[in-house]
Amino acid sequence: MNRYETVFIMTPVLSAEQVAETVEKFRGILKNHGGKIVHEEAWGLRKLAYPIQKKSTGFYQLLEFEVDPTAILPFETEFRRDERILRFLSTRMDKHHAAYAERRRNKSYAAPEAPAAAPAPAPVAAPEMTDED
Amino acid sequence: MAEKNVRYLNPISIDTQKEKYCRFKVKGIKYIDYKDANFLLMLCNEQGKILPRRLTGTSLKYQRKVAQAIKKARHLALMPYVADNLH
Repeated sequence: MNRYETVFIMTPVLSAEQVAETVEKFRGILKNHGGKIVHEEAWGLRKLAYPIQKKSTGFYQLLEFEVDPTAILPFETEFRRDERILRFLSTRMDKHHAAYAERRRNKSYAAPEAPAAAPAPAPVAAPEMTDED
Repeated sequence: MAEKNVRYLNPISIDTQKEKYCRFKVKGIKYIDYKDANFLLMLCNEQGKILPRRLTGTSLKYQRKVAQAIKKARHLALMPYVADNLH
């Protein structure tokens, strides 16, 4: 079992349900191969840096999963066959990548709380600074 | 006292060039994320080309990783292959 990370771009013509359906399809393929999904992220509709198949936007989706290396080939073939997919990229995660993903995940979960918490400690921190001086 | 008033015809060449260092080694960054396009943009010029090591000071080990990350980001259209005014 290796850990992999796949980012893929779906065409912007899909509706929200179709996007969910597409993601579900690839989740299902992984499950069929005995894979385990560790994490997923939907980045939503994003602007592409350059047009792909004459489209300038796309739905980005990230999947982080553990699966046998033999399952990757059929998994990627499925991406190539699917017309809804503009681009995909799978990478095997080494230990540094996995550690980074872990930190990134914790940060992104903590992010909504951070703006609320940040202004509160600021006035407290300021007097401390002057004391030290 | 007279020494203070010594003037030179030409300004003395002082080596003001800052010592370059590898930002990844110094900060202990082991993995360079291809999904973070804003960070990778710092290592590119205005045309979206990868800056050479002699300008950024990155060590060879991490320059290879930077190059890989930028190429992955380009494939996923997070960064342009060619651009006019990135910065």
